Amino acid sequence: MTYNAASTTTSGTTAHEAIGVAGLRKTFGRTIALDGLDLHVETGEVHGFLGPNGSGKSTTIRVLLGLLRADGGDVRLLDGDPWRQAATLHRRLAYVPGDVNLWPNLSGGEVIDLLGRLRGGMDKRRRAELIERFELDPTKKGRTYSKGNRQKVALVAALASDAELLILDEPTSGLDPLMEAAFQETIREVRGEGRTVLLSSHILAEVEALCDRVSIIRAGRTVETGTLDDLRHLTRTSISAELAGPPNGLATLPHIHDLRVDGNTVHFDVDTDALDEALRRLTAIGVRSLTSTPPTLEELFLRHYTDELPDAEADRTENARTAP
Amino acid sequence: MTADVTHVPATHERPSATAGALAGTGQLIRLALRRDRIVLPVWALVIAFLAASGASAYEALYPDPAERAGLTASVAANPSFAIMFGPAYDLQTAGGFTAWRFGTIAALLTSLIAAFTVTRHTRQEEDTGRQELLSAAVVGRYAPLTAGVATAGLFSVVTGVLLTAMIAGVGADVTGSVAFGAAVALCGLVFTGVAAVTAQLAEYSRTANTLAGSTFGVLFLLRAAGDTSEAEWLSWLSPVGWVHRVRAFAENEWWVLALPAATTLVLCAVAYALLPKRDVGMSLIPGRPGRATATPGLRTSLALSWRLHRGALIGWIVGFAVMGMLFGTLASGVSDIVGDSAEMKQMLQQMGGARGIEDAFLSSITGMIAMIGSMYAVQATLRMRYEETALRVEPLLTTGVGRLRWLGGHLLFVLAGTAAVLTVCAALLGVGYGLSSGDVGGEWPRVFGATLAQLPAMWVVAGAAVLLFGLVPRATVAAWALAAAFVLISMFGPILDLPQAVLNVSPFTHVPQLPHAEFTATPLLWLTATAAALVAVGVTSLRRRDIG
Repeated sequence: MTYNAASTTTSGTTAHEAIGVAGLRKTFGRTIALDGLDLHVETGEVHGFLGPNGSGKSTTIRVLLGLLRADGGDVRLLDGDPWRQAATLHRRLAYVPGDVNLWPNLSGGEVIDLLGRLRGGMDKRRRAELIERFELDPTKKGRTYSKGNRQKVALVAALASDAELLILDEPTSGLDPLMEAAFQETIREVRGEGRTVLLSSHILAEVEALCDRVSIIRAGRTVETGTLDDLRHLTRTSISAELAGPPNGLATLPHIHDLRVDGNTVHFDVDTDALDEALRRLTAIGVRSLTSTPPTLEELFLRHYTDELPDAEADRTENARTAP
Repeated sequence: MTADVTHVPATHERPSATAGALAGTGQLIRLALRRDRIVLPVWALVIAFLAASGASAYEALYPDPAERAGLTASVAANPSFAIMFGPAYDLQTAGGFTAWRFGTIAALLTSLIAAFTVTRHTRQEEDTGRQELLSAAVVGRYAPLTAGVATAGLFSVVTGVLLTAMIAGVGADVTGSVAFGAAVALCGLVFTGVAAVTAQLAEYSRTANTLAGSTFGVLFLLRAAGDTSEAEWLSWLSPVGWVHRVRAFAENEWWVLALPAATTLVLCAVAYALLPKRDVGMSLIPGRPGRATATPGLRTSLALSWRLHRGALIGWIVGFAVMGMLFGTLASGVSDIVGDSAEMKQMLQQMGGARGIEDAFLSSITGMIAMIGSMYAVQATLRMRYEETALRVEPLLTTGVGRLRWLGGHLLFVLAGTAAVLTVCAALLGVGYGLSSGDVGGEWPRVFGATLAQLPAMWVVAGAAVLLFGLVPRATVAAWALAAAFVLISMFGPILDLPQAVLNVSPFTHVPQLPHAEFTATPLLWLTATAAALVAVGVTSLRRRDIG
């Protein structure tokens, strides 16, 4: 699970790669959706796929599924070509779309069974278990399901399969917190079975809880990829400190950002690499109390989603559940 | 289209308690007119232009009274005209000719466009969830329905006014033009009311449109049956028949206009009464729970296609079975209504006697059956595009189902479904004609074969729709316009004296006029080959293009 920068230049998947995308390009008319995107998912890992709305996550997934034809670059999926070998490869994967639409005259249970059979069979016991776990009524039809319940239908259909690769495009965006917990539990089981998951999500707590590695994309390019620990080093820690004297000289430090001084109390963000130096400066003045908030994924996220970190108004102590 | 929603400015004045139910109607009408600012004016102009071009062609085709008398006699002697175009009351003037020849088609187009407009601004808004967006703003309970009805009503009235102006403009009698324009506009208003009701009954916009369209179909058949049999009262039961019963340019029976006006009011009252009985997004008929698990049969994409197509297919088959039986029965008595003046008897003789008239009638019927039946082919093809835009193809194509297999499951219902609809109709047309003429064994194969000869032309329409779906998916809906163009060319091309090259564009032009004319296989083989080529290009394109 190391940050694998070198592999972005190689083409195709290596032996332990479930998904290998290098330099993927896709345009729709004049719109450039993907502009040299790289994505490498190792077999057996849960890989978070993050990016702002419209950054190209769903387009990437649709290329991986052979629904869209790549304009350039190299795409390998389960050691095959997703465009040419679509139907063969699809028997080995399961997909949950971000927008789930069901057929109005089919019940949820019928949809689950149909999709399972089209994929080549599913585990009946697991199907029943999942329906129970997600508290899904399989007898309702099409539109009578709420958004969350339509999503559950697609989730049960995908999770009840024995597919070796799960591609999930914002699968929990309509689920309540209880169902979110059920989802996380199921994904942990799936990983325990050695299956691979590509999870596109905006729910950062979910990504932090589940993902071994994440890739962050923006405007059709990969801007960051690695383990969460790797990425944390790239971001900032928030410090609030009550000092013995006036905080002279802090503002001149290059690694300190968004400094606010209120008498002898200071609030600032510091690059995690420079934490040591900043603390030394504080202790030199004398520290009465100190709160340090470690960088959250949300900050990482915001940093890549926007050009600058927003003003330190963002309350770090709050659970980073929701994206802005 | 969603972007348009944001253009609705907020209503600033506080609505009073009584106006509350209609609050925001004005804004919604403006929104509807903004959305339809191109399509509705274009249709109104097309309808008016079509009729006006008929009126001006009349002067060129029948310049002197002798030719006009000849036309009057031949139309009176050939009931196959009455089935398509209704009764002719005055063929001595351009206006009377237009009212006869173009009355049904003008009423058909106006009615369907009006009905689809109501659905688009009511039920479809609920389907897409856009209604909730609007209802959360200051929009009264009855406002969307009122706005839909007002927009469609405005379209009908404008079409009637344009029709009047353009026909009078090419020299027809002004009073008659007003009567004709009013008759067409009022038919549009009746179907505005019909759609207002079906939007309450149906759960989905497609169903609402299908119900409204089928209502037109049934009322058209009622009129056709009334006008080609001795049961003329049937025609009086049909709003489609009223368009002709106004006798525009002949007696101008103004009081007949009260029938559609009253019908419209009653239908709108029913719709407004039904509306509060249901929730937004729901229908009056509550959905029943389905099966918790799928039947063993539901395991292929073909099985799913059957589930998706079976309702429409069964509906078409039943409708066409009734139509076949009805017209088969009517055909054998059709020479009776011609009349028995000496002049008519002579006309009859020229046309090959009673049998010649019946054959001409049958060949008109089979042509009409083919044109209407090809609408099934378009509808079934559009179903694929509908599945794609509703994002329901992706879950299937990301299982073991390949694109070809998915497409094949639907194409089966497009091509074989069209064949099934036509075959059932052909069989019953033969049975109806055979039974009433007393010779099932002799007549059935002849009539059955004559009807089936239309199949390749219908497949060409299907092929064109499949081609559009594969090659230019965003324009798939243009298949309707294409099918309508084929029908208009075949129905009105000859009377408008269009060049043969234009007539040849329509596949229906190439079908031998069986059983009236000699059978020739060549055109049928060419049509079949054309259909196959169109489907092949469509399929190949679909394999190469992006989905979604």
